Amino acid sequence: MSLLKVEGLSKFYDGETKVLKDVNFEVQAGEFLSIIGPSGAGKSTLLRCINRLVEINEGKVMFNGLDVGAMKKKELRKLRTNIGMIFQHYNLVPRLTVIENILHGRFGYKSTIQGVLGRFTEQEKEQAFYLLEKLGISEHAYKRCDQLSGGQQQRVGICRALIQEPKLILCDEPIASLDPNSSKVIMDYLKSISTEMGITCIVNLHQVEVAKEYASRIIGLKQGEIVFDGPSKLLYGEQIENIYGIESRELITV
Amino acid sequence: MEMVKELDPALIKRKRNGQINIKSGNKMDAVVKWTIWVLTALTILAFFFFDYTGLQLERAFTDTLHNIRVMFLEPGLSHFSWGEAFYQVGVTLGLGVLATIFGAIIAFFLALMAAENLSKPWLSNTVRVVVAFIRAVPTVLWVLIFAIAAGLGSEAAVLGMLFHSVAYLVKAFSESFEEVNPGIIEALRATGSSWWHIVINGVLPSTFTYLLSWTFLRFEINFSVAVAMGAAAGAGGIGFELFMASGFYFDLREVGFITYAILIIAIILEVISTRLKERYFPSSVKTR
Amino acid sequence: MDAKQMRKNKWQTTIFLILIIMITYLSSFITKFNLIESIATIPAAFSWIFSNLLITQESLEKLPQILEKLGETIFMSIAATTLAAIVSLFLAIMGSKTTKVNQTFSVIARFIASFSRNIPVVAWSLILLISFGQNSVTGFLALFVATVGFLTRAFIESVDEANQSSVEALTATGATYFHMISKAVIPQSLPQMLSWILFMIETNIRSATLVGILTGTGIGYMFDLYYKNMNYNLVALITFTIIIAVIAIELVSNKIRRVIL
Ligand SMILES: Nc1ncnc2c1ncn2[C@@H]1O[C@H](COP(=O)(O)OP(=O)(O)OP(=O)(O)O)[C@@H](O)[C@H]1O
Ligand SMILES: [Mg+2]
Repeated sequence: MSLLKVEGLSKFYDGETKVLKDVNFEVQAGEFLSIIGPSGAGKSTLLRCINRLVEINEGKVMFNGLDVGAMKKKELRKLRTNIGMIFQHYNLVPRLTVIENILHGRFGYKSTIQGVLGRFTEQEKEQAFYLLEKLGISEHAYKRCDQLSGGQQQRVGICRALIQEPKLILCDEPIASLDPNSSKVIMDYLKSISTEMGITCIVNLHQVEVAKEYASRIIGLKQGEIVFDGPSKLLYGEQIENIYGIESRELITV
Repeated sequence: MEMVKELDPALIKRKRNGQINIKSGNKMDAVVKWTIWVLTALTILAFFFFDYTGLQLERAFTDTLHNIRVMFLEPGLSHFSWGEAFYQVGVTLGLGVLATIFGAIIAFFLALMAAENLSKPWLSNTVRVVVAFIRAVPTVLWVLIFAIAAGLGSEAAVLGMLFHSVAYLVKAFSESFEEVNPGIIEALRATGSSWWHIVINGVLPSTFTYLLSWTFLRFEINFSVAVAMGAAAGAGGIGFELFMASGFYFDLREVGFITYAILIIAIILEVISTRLKERYFPSSVKTR
Repeated sequence: MDAKQMRKNKWQTTIFLILIIMITYLSSFITKFNLIESIATIPAAFSWIFSNLLITQESLEKLPQILEKLGETIFMSIAATTLAAIVSLFLAIMGSKTTKVNQTFSVIARFIASFSRNIPVVAWSLILLISFGQNSVTGFLALFVATVGFLTRAFIESVDEANQSSVEALTATGATYFHMISKAVIPQSLPQMLSWILFMIETNIRSATLVGILTGTGIGYMFDLYYKNMNYNLVALITFTIIIAVIAIELVSNKIRRVIL
């Protein structure tokens, strides 16, 4: 059984324009999948349908054999606990410490009272430090998040997703706000998460070369429709042209 | 996930009981925490210092609810006419207008002295200290003091209200002046323009709309100040009628009518000033 | 700028000035305000102030009583502001577009805030005075209601400014609504909110004087009493203690603000 199965998924924000049109694909456990496409193609929307940060209009998303669209509040929380998410703008709480932000990843396992009072077990805190060490930023544990560089903040974001002990990690353009060096560091970490820990990754990307370098499989999205789905080796100039439109070819593949 | 126990213990802060600390413990957090604790303690303490003379809490609450219902559901006039009511609202608005306009004129000159880029440090500091002092005296005291010193009447009310209007507008105006692009002032200075020339041709054109908006924001405040002065300092207008209706005639329906009248004007003014703020102060300029 | 544009601007300015002058004139007429006369009284007024509002040895004997009433007033403002802040926090979370539970609650919260804010504090004190009588609770409640209105609006702004994206991130980890409020929204808006609370305490001490005059409590009552008895030495002393109190509180809150913002 595949980990994730998307069937006939459609989404519209306002009655008329469909942002996603009849999207179908499956993801096996352990895959490293990249979704590429021009701005406004619906990449972010697609990821947010998977953990239902936006409501699904038509079709089905099956995670681990369960229908995401039909989930009640409690099941939905459990689903989100199983799916980590990493954002372009890191989405950390700026005034809190790094370690507090990482522990936010444990809220899915906490009752409301425990969470509001900030009751975390020693084991959870040690795990947080362990992850920090693993991502090489343990000396910043007690700094406020807004005092870190972008690359460091994104690593905190990865720690927050990992401490959830997720089966799947969704990354919405994780390197779009980073310089090439930090981008490489982050992509390497994501890759190692998938190979070492066996966590499935779906990564939205703008840069085709990065997708080709890291992902084993690529989905090309254009105006809400899948126009390419296959191993990254098979993505050539022609398909790229098709995904991004001819004019932008030079811009994208420099 | 497997746990590898090779954490560097030097990096982990622990509480006295050995648990891992997750707060940074910086000065900011501490001050926030202390402020909250002190305010809570003072609030609890406050109820021991209150004067509870003649208070019957339960009856007071039920009576107030009843009064509020009468006021807002059956408003009406009995001691004066609609025409009179309009006139009194007009008086209150008039007091607000006068205090605002004269306040703005005085504040304009003082703000030129207070703005750091247009004035000398000693002058600007002096103006600021004086303004802080003026602000510390409640408006009603200014009005009452002027009422004896200058004789009762609208003059005392306007003069008394002037003080806070000036203090408020000097702060707002001088901050607007300080944001004027230094290049403009520099360029005019380079041509050998006089100080007044710089103000009229450089500073005024680029700040005029801000000054007007701030003046209007102050007018919104001055309307409710004028109501208050009518009630507490006998300055006339709708505030005085409110005081009479509730304190002398005990006429709840009239109190209700007057409250509605004030509410409507206040909401209109608030809507206009919110628009102005959104238009001219797009980010983070607050009602003060 | 061409000549035509400039002439147009000149016209607009002229019309605007004429309008302002007309409004001023109308206001003077309706309020029976005489500009010349009031300018003329200013020097006299100040000389009266400097010769009559003097703190004498004799008036200082009343200082303990005055300080007690001043303390009552300060406590009243702090209690009203703090408790109002708690209510406002709930209303703001219900009312803000970032954190609202649903549209109905949001509208209700904003309506309550607008209603209590736009009815002036004098009206609230007069309404409450009728059944609560002359005591601190009347003043406390009047300040409380008006403060709820003001703080709710300010808090809604602070909550709206809080970073929406961290709210999304917490939701994505499986956090509940209250986790999200307490760990993403409040940590971000708390310093701003505290700053507003401090500002409101300063304002409320001044308003408490006004409310005190109307409801016969606190330092306002003291002032009114000696004012009506024409004991201007005590009037001066009371005014002076209020100035000291307000400036002291302003200095402390500025210190706190500098650290937390
Ligand atoms: N909350 C929303 N409400 C209404 N329309 C939205 C919303 N979010 C996205 N859209 C619209 O949906 C379309 C797809 O947006 P989406 O953010 O999914 O694209 P994207 O591929 O992630 O683009 P980008 O590369 O710029 O992030 C866009 O046309 C956008 O305007
Ligand atoms: Mg996107």
